[in-house]
Amino acid sequence: MKMVVAMIRPHKLDEIKESFNEIGVQGMSVTEIKGYGRTHGQTETYRGSAYNVEFIPKVRIEVGVPDELVEQVLTALQTSGKTGKIGDGKVFVLPIESAMRIRTGERNDEAL
Amino acid sequence: MLTTQHRHHNHRWLAIAFVLIGLLTVFATSRAYAEEPKADPTGAFQTTPNAYSVPGYIKPDPEKASTKDLAVAVDAVAQSASHGLFSVNFVWTLVAGFLVMFMQAGFALVETGLIRAKNAAHTMSMNFLVYALGMFGFFVCGFAFMCGGLNGTAIGGPASLGGVPTLNHMLTVGSAMNGDHGWGLLGTTGFFLSGSGYDGAVIVLFLFMMVFMDTTATIVTGACAERWSFKSFFIFSIIVGAFIYPVFGGWVWGGGWLAQLGYRLGLGHGSVDYAGSGVVHMQGGALAFITAFMIGPRIGKYGKDGTIHPILPHDIPMVQLGTFILAFGWFGFNAGSSLAGGDGRIGIIAANTMIAGMAATLSGVLYMWKFVGKPDPSMMCNSMLAGLVAITAPCAFVTPVSAFIIGAVAGVLVVWSVFFFDKRKVDDPVGAISVHGVNGIWGVIAVGLFSDGTYGAGWNGVGATSYLGAAGKGVTGLFYGDSKQLIAQLIEAGVGTAWNVLVGGLAFYIIGKILGSNRVPAEVEIAGLDVPEMGIPGYPEFIAQTAPEEITSKELEQAEGLPVPRMRAAAR
Repeated sequence: MKMVVAMIRPHKLDEIKESFNEIGVQGMSVTEIKGYGRTHGQTETYRGSAYNVEFIPKVRIEVGVPDELVEQVLTALQTSGKTGKIGDGKVFVLPIESAMRIRTGERNDEAL
Repeated sequence: MLTTQHRHHNHRWLAIAFVLIGLLTVFATSRAYAEEPKADPTGAFQTTPNAYSVPGYIKPDPEKASTKDLAVAVDAVAQSASHGLFSVNFVWTLVAGFLVMFMQAGFALVETGLIRAKNAAHTMSMNFLVYALGMFGFFVCGFAFMCGGLNGTAIGGPASLGGVPTLNHMLTVGSAMNGDHGWGLLGTTGFFLSGSGYDGAVIVLFLFMMVFMDTTATIVTGACAERWSFKSFFIFSIIVGAFIYPVFGGWVWGGGWLAQLGYRLGLGHGSVDYAGSGVVHMQGGALAFITAFMIGPRIGKYGKDGTIHPILPHDIPMVQLGTFILAFGWFGFNAGSSLAGGDGRIGIIAANTMIAGMAATLSGVLYMWKFVGKPDPSMMCNSMLAGLVAITAPCAFVTPVSAFIIGAVAGVLVVWSVFFFDKRKVDDPVGAISVHGVNGIWGVIAVGLFSDGTYGAGWNGVGATSYLGAAGKGVTGLFYGDSKQLIAQLIEAGVGTAWNVLVGGLAFYIIGKILGSNRVPAEVEIAGLDVPEMGIPGYPEFIAQTAPEEITSKELEQAEGLPVPRMRAAAR
């Protein structure tokens, strides 16, 4: 089991969700975050004075998937999430030690 | 035990009985109403005199009427006409006053939108409570100080409300002239709206004057937002309503010495301020200046080397909605200051108000767009308000083209002023000093320049029959041939600014000494004022707030290092 954590552009969420559904990923958690990588932010003015916007709004998707699906998930993320410009985001794949569905008590792969 | 058939049988008899009773009723009642009057959708009854509309009127018979009959009928008609005129004036003044009261909501939205979410409950509450605090001070003694002597000078009270003759005592200084008692300083009738103050027309005036006073009081909350302690705000606002505002207000509107500059010293029509660029906005702006200067800038606003760090507003739509509410209420503010629905100028006043607001918005937004980069929404709002402030004094006396020019100047003047005060490290989160103070002064001066003499004959007891050689000529400015008016306006601007800076500054200083500081402690300011000061966050579900106890001493050290004026009591 692997936890796939993806930081994506907010407006790509729907497209990525569709792609995930197509490959059989059932469910995800989504959080609104701010972040920066190699984008350097931009300078704006408010009432004549300059300020720097460093943190850009992004969306963080977390999905727990069986090992066999990880490559498909990464492919889906790249197909649906890529624009080609700096700021497309980043994905981390973490190992999951164990998992449980709260309602039924199912464990590990059955819980995903 | 009823069978189905049995029940159905019962129902049929009941139905027939009901139908018969119904027919009987309709038949009987239509018979009874056969002689009743007919409904009239044209409203013709309004032109038919009766004991309510023209009491005591008996229609004289054209063939047989005696002189006495005619005298009685004419008197009844005259009384009815008088009643009609005062009715229209009362309704107009009151409804306009209600519109100005609603401006409190506008100010609250503008100010709260321009500050950070962690201070929303505190800022909004200041704007909310100032309504009650200012009114309290004004009710107790402010109104008496301001208007109590309306009939103590040769100027007299507003004829459109019946003259308010019971407001006739004033502290004066100097010798009498033209039937007055001297230079008017302070009214002394109408405390608690009792005694001479418990009068139908006087109280209409009280309501109208009170909502204007509250505009001044609420302006200060914007300049000191995000760091003003609620205790200090509470006490200061009562003093504004009870003393600071009404004393100067009385000098201009209460028949006091600034208004008397006309008939006593020949300076035009004396200080002329139709709806209060000076009395309301300049006073508010000057108070905003001295309190913002004394309280010091917000932590993190200015760098040690003088860089200005923008502190972004948390709700721009709120700011713009609030500005529209203010613009709407301003129709009551300016046009309502005629105190007369029967005044033929009210359309021009309202339109001049609108046009100045429009011109200022355009000049401000175009200036920002061209010279600073983008059409800043907050500056757009400040510009519209600046135009409305600037036209408030001259609105009745100028042409629509002049109103346009006055507004266009105001729209850019406010932008320059915001940059000016920011460069000098006077932190004004909402632009109150620039919108109300600077443009209030501009409005006062504009009267002395642009007034064209077509309105205001007899203003402040000057030139009732003729002025500058022309019969019926009213308030006139420099561009139309009267150089003295500008002098009276400059005196009003200078005195008003000085009064508020000095007395307001002194009051603020004393309050600060009594309470320890006018400002909240640095850790409260960094954490946000909502919970420490008010007990509840403005948006509990939407933002994460740090408790003051969690602010580290390192952050406090850095806060202490920021440049602040020496006069301000140091944050604890």
